[in-house]
Amino acid sequence: MTLETFSGTFGLWMGAALTLCIFSFLYKDNPFYRFAEHLFVGVSAGYWLVYNYWNIVKPNLIDPLREEQWQYLLPLVLGIFMLTRLFPNVGWLSRWAIAFMIGSGSGIMIITYLQSNFLEQIKSTLVPLDPTGQPWYVVVNNVILLVGVVSGLVYFFFSKAHTGVTGRIARIGVVFLMVSFGASFGYTVMARISLLIGRLYFLLHKCVGVI
Amino acid sequence: MGSVPVEARRSLVDRLKDIDRRVIFVFIAVAVIIPLVWPIGLSLKASPPARALFNEVESLPRGSIVLMAFDYDPATEIELGPMSLAFLKQCFRKGLKVVGLALWPQGAQLARTSFSEAAEGYDVRYGVDYVNLGFKAGGIVVIDSLGKNIRASFPVDVDGRPLSELPLMKSIRNFADIDFVMSLSAGDPGLPFWIMIAQGRYGRKVGGGCTAVSAPMLYPYFPNQLVGLLGGMKGAAEYELLVGEKGPATRGMDAQSIAHAAIVIFILIGNIFFFISRRRQKLMGART
Repeated sequence: MTLETFSGTFGLWMGAALTLCIFSFLYKDNPFYRFAEHLFVGVSAGYWLVYNYWNIVKPNLIDPLREEQWQYLLPLVLGIFMLTRLFPNVGWLSRWAIAFMIGSGSGIMIITYLQSNFLEQIKSTLVPLDPTGQPWYVVVNNVILLVGVVSGLVYFFFSKAHTGVTGRIARIGVVFLMVSFGASFGYTVMARISLLIGRLYFLLHKCVGVI
Repeated sequence: MGSVPVEARRSLVDRLKDIDRRVIFVFIAVAVIIPLVWPIGLSLKASPPARALFNEVESLPRGSIVLMAFDYDPATEIELGPMSLAFLKQCFRKGLKVVGLALWPQGAQLARTSFSEAAEGYDVRYGVDYVNLGFKAGGIVVIDSLGKNIRASFPVDVDGRPLSELPLMKSIRNFADIDFVMSLSAGDPGLPFWIMIAQGRYGRKVGGGCTAVSAPMLYPYFPNQLVGLLGGMKGAAEYELLVGEKGPATRGMDAQSIAHAAIVIFILIGNIFFFISRRRQKLMGART
């Protein structure tokens, strides 16, 4: 058995054993679960430390500085400023780095975000309700969309008491919100079951080989 | 049931109402394992967002450039991995050129696995028909830089080879040379950023695949900002169906459906016993 084969097989069985250790929590808290949990936390911390250095810090900062690209001194200084939070007497310097991040982030995001998630989304609700030239089910869908958007917005309009007509429209909005929450919950259940399927597929396919 | 004393019936109801959660875990495990080992082959139909994505890719001329972002990690591999395989197989079958990259650190390695698995059985070569540019930190800033100059963010591929040595990359400078953008996204950074920059700012056609958790948030982008969307394992299974390549997602959908049925049954049983129990309590209160 070569070293590569051995390491692959060892990794496979370690993965299977740790999966079972984590699943054992479903019965009750136990030392096997705690061992796997602590191992995961420790290995993750070490892994991400090394990974971030070799994949983020080195190629984006160390290498350019070695190539004498001195403009990279600015992110280096700002990065060091971030760490000054650990020292109360110079901790205020970290605000400069945070201000730089918020400023540049806002500049990049605000206009683009408004365009894609506000204006374009409003445009998407401007749908034709005229039945001429389109199937009836599309018209029904468009009517549902319009009623849902308007009633949902009315529900979140707090400058007028939710009584009378406003209250009735807001109640319709609540129904749409509940349907939306239900759909989100359904998708969340699907995601969690998918994770279970993933682990069981790993155990049954790669380790036991029954599928 | 009519002849059973009220106290006995109440205790049965209470026992079932307070059923140990571990019993439910066993039922869910059985509901998942049995269909995985013995697939049932429940029918599956492609949804309009999945079909729209498939048709859009089918309509691309041979040799078109597809930019594919692997914005996920092993935790969501079961949902997004099958999507990447089915999508890549469609691209290779159609003769499309694929440029892969990752905004998530572990996405680069998952991209490598997907490319090598999908390439089996197709006459495609690394560097000519597909490349893997690897991971770059920065999220939305990286996407924005791709619109100006890909080499600024990715001077080398995942193995450190300069892009000038890769024939496929010689004619690709920025988004203007990309015909279609596909993002497989498990969160942030991911598909919303590709929509904002690649579609919103540079007018590229964007398709996507996402985890089931984020699907409700992303469906409103379809069809105006997203040409198609695959939501969770179901979306992956739908795409496998459309591409004609049955894989782990199709197999998983049987288990998914049976598990959902089990959960629905438990919800119904829980509610029925809750209402029976409340009615009994009211009756007992009225007697005393």
